[in-house]
Amino acid sequence: MSLNNEQVTEIAHLARLNVDPADLSDYARNLSDILAFVEAMNAVDTSSVEPMAHPLEMPQRLREDVVTEENQRERFQAVAPQVEGGLYLVPRVIE
Amino acid sequence: MSDTSKTVAELAAGLAAGRYSSEELTRSCLSRIRGAGAELNAFITVTEDQALAAARDADRRRQAGGAAPLTGVPMAHKDIFCTSDVRTSCGSRMLDNFIAPYNAHVVERFNAAGMVSLGKTNMDEFAMGSSNETSFYGPVKNPWDTSAVPGGSSGGSAAAVAARLVPAATGTDTGGSIRQPAALCGITGLKPTYGRVSRYGMIAFASSLDQGGPMARTAEDCALLLETMAGFDERDSTCVNRPVPRYSEQLGADIHGLRVGLPKEYFGDGLDAEVARVIDAAIAEYRKLGAEFREISLTNTELAVPAYYVIAPAECSSNLSRFDGVRFGHRCESPRDLEDLYKRSRGEGFGAEVKRRIMVGTYALSAGYFDAYYRKAQQIRRLIKNDFMRAFEEVDLILGPTSPTVAFNIGERADDPVKMYLSDIYTIAVNLAGLPGISIPAGFTNGRPVGLQLIGNYFDEGRLLNAAHRYQQVTDWHTRAPEAFA
Repeated sequence: MSLNNEQVTEIAHLARLNVDPADLSDYARNLSDILAFVEAMNAVDTSSVEPMAHPLEMPQRLREDVVTEENQRERFQAVAPQVEGGLYLVPRVIE
Repeated sequence: MSDTSKTVAELAAGLAAGRYSSEELTRSCLSRIRGAGAELNAFITVTEDQALAAARDADRRRQAGGAAPLTGVPMAHKDIFCTSDVRTSCGSRMLDNFIAPYNAHVVERFNAAGMVSLGKTNMDEFAMGSSNETSFYGPVKNPWDTSAVPGGSSGGSAAAVAARLVPAATGTDTGGSIRQPAALCGITGLKPTYGRVSRYGMIAFASSLDQGGPMARTAEDCALLLETMAGFDERDSTCVNRPVPRYSEQLGADIHGLRVGLPKEYFGDGLDAEVARVIDAAIAEYRKLGAEFREISLTNTELAVPAYYVIAPAECSSNLSRFDGVRFGHRCESPRDLEDLYKRSRGEGFGAEVKRRIMVGTYALSAGYFDAYYRKAQQIRRLIKNDFMRAFEEVDLILGPTSPTVAFNIGERADDPVKMYLSDIYTIAVNLAGLPGISIPAGFTNGRPVGLQLIGNYFDEGRLLNAAHRYQQVTDWHTRAPEAFA
C-alpha cells in the first residue's frame, strides 16, 4: 500500500492533526514504508483464527452502578487551558 | 557517607542498620544527578525539595519504628506515571504544562512503602520509540558511551540506574520499552505479566500491551520492587486480582533441571555475531548451574513486529484522541474555530513519530481497512500466543538475546522508522502474548552492554527472577559500572 500526499492529508484530517504541507511527502514515504512492512502479515492464512483482543482473555469486570467519584471539578480545571465559571471554553461552535 | 553505587537491597540494609539516613542518601543521589549525571539528560524534572521532605519523613518513620523494608530508599519514576503536584510530561510538548490531579497506583504504592522519589525520568514521547530520541526534552545519552542511545522508551530510567544516579526506577513496556533500554544500558529490567501491575495513572499508549515494571541493577532489587508495585487495583479494569508472591523470598532456589527453550528464530539472521557470542557464553554459564537446554520454535516470530505496528498505532490513535487542547495539555494560540483548535493544538503538541503512529492507526481503523489490518493483526496475535503456549508445554523458560545489536549511535536510525522498529524484534512478541520477560546484563561487545532475555509463562515472575538471580550470583556483569560513572 502506497499513500500519496492527498491521502496523507485526508488521514491527518481524520486524526485532527495539522501537518505542515512541507512535511507531507516525508509522511507519505514513512507511512507507505510502515504499511508495506505490516503487509508481511498477509503471508499467513488466518481465516480460521479467532482474533485476540486481550492477553488473558478475561471478561470485563463489572461493578454496581453507583456513584463512586466525588466532584473534583476545580482540581481538574486547574490544568485546563481556558475555563470560565466552571465551564471549559472553546471557540464558538454555533453561529 | 553513603554510596550511590549500592543496590536497593544494600541500601535498605544500610538504612535499617542506621549506617546513614535517608536524607544523606537522598542528598548524595541529588548531587550526582546535578553533577556527573547532568550530561546524560536522564531526568526531565528533578524534585529536590519534595525528595528531601520525603526523605526526612522516611527517617522519622524509621525512628518511630514504622519503617517498611524499602522505606527511605531513593528512586525515580518514568515521566509517564502521573504524580500529583509534579509535572507529568510523557516526554511531550503536549503535556509540558501538565500537572496531574492524582498519583498513579504505582506511585501510591512506592510512596506508601516510604520510598523517596527524586524526580521524573526522560523517555521517548508518549513511550513511542526505541532510542529516547523522540523526547521533546532531547535525547538521553548512554552512560557507557555518550555517543550512543540508551534505548527506549524508558531510556532515562535505564541511563539513570546504569550511571548510579539512582538505585532504581520505574519503566513501562509496550513492545520492549523496559527490557531493550535495560539491555542497552547494562542493567536489569522486568516487564511483568499483563495485568500484574495496575495501569491506573500510567498515561496510556496501547492499552492491551502496556505494563509497568521495575528497572534496577539486580534481579534481587527487581523482586523487591515488583512485590511493592504489583497488586490488585480496581481502577484498572484489566488489573488481575491474584495474590502477589514475596518474590524476594523465592530467590536462590536451585535451578538444576530447569528446562530452558532456545527459540531458533531468535538466533537467526539479523542477530549480531558478537551479541550471539555473548549469549552463547551465558548459555554455558546456565548449563553449569544445571539448566537443561532444548531448541524450540516460535514459528510466527517474523510476524510479531508487523502485527504490533498495527495494534499499537491503532490503540494509540484512539488513546491519544483525548489530547484535544480543551481539558488539559497544549492549546494553540488564537484558534479560528473548534476544528482549527484541535488540529493545531495536536499538530504543535505532538512530535513526528507520535503523528506517524496516530496516522497509521487512524488509517488501519478507518472504514474498509479494519479487517485487513486490525482484525488481521489480532489473528496473528493469537498465533503468536499459541506459539508460546506450545513452547511452555516443553520448557519452563525461554532464553535469548534482548536486542539484536548493542546500543547504536544517536542519529543512526532516526530517519528510518521501520529499521528502528526492528530494534524490538525479540521483545515485541512477549507483549503481544502478555507474558513476563526480564533483561539482565550478560557481557559487552566493543564496550557496549549486551542484554540476555528470559521469558516466562503467565504470572511466573518468581521463576524468572530466580533464574536471573542465580546467574547474577555466579557472574559479575551486573556489577560493572561505566567508567565515567563508577
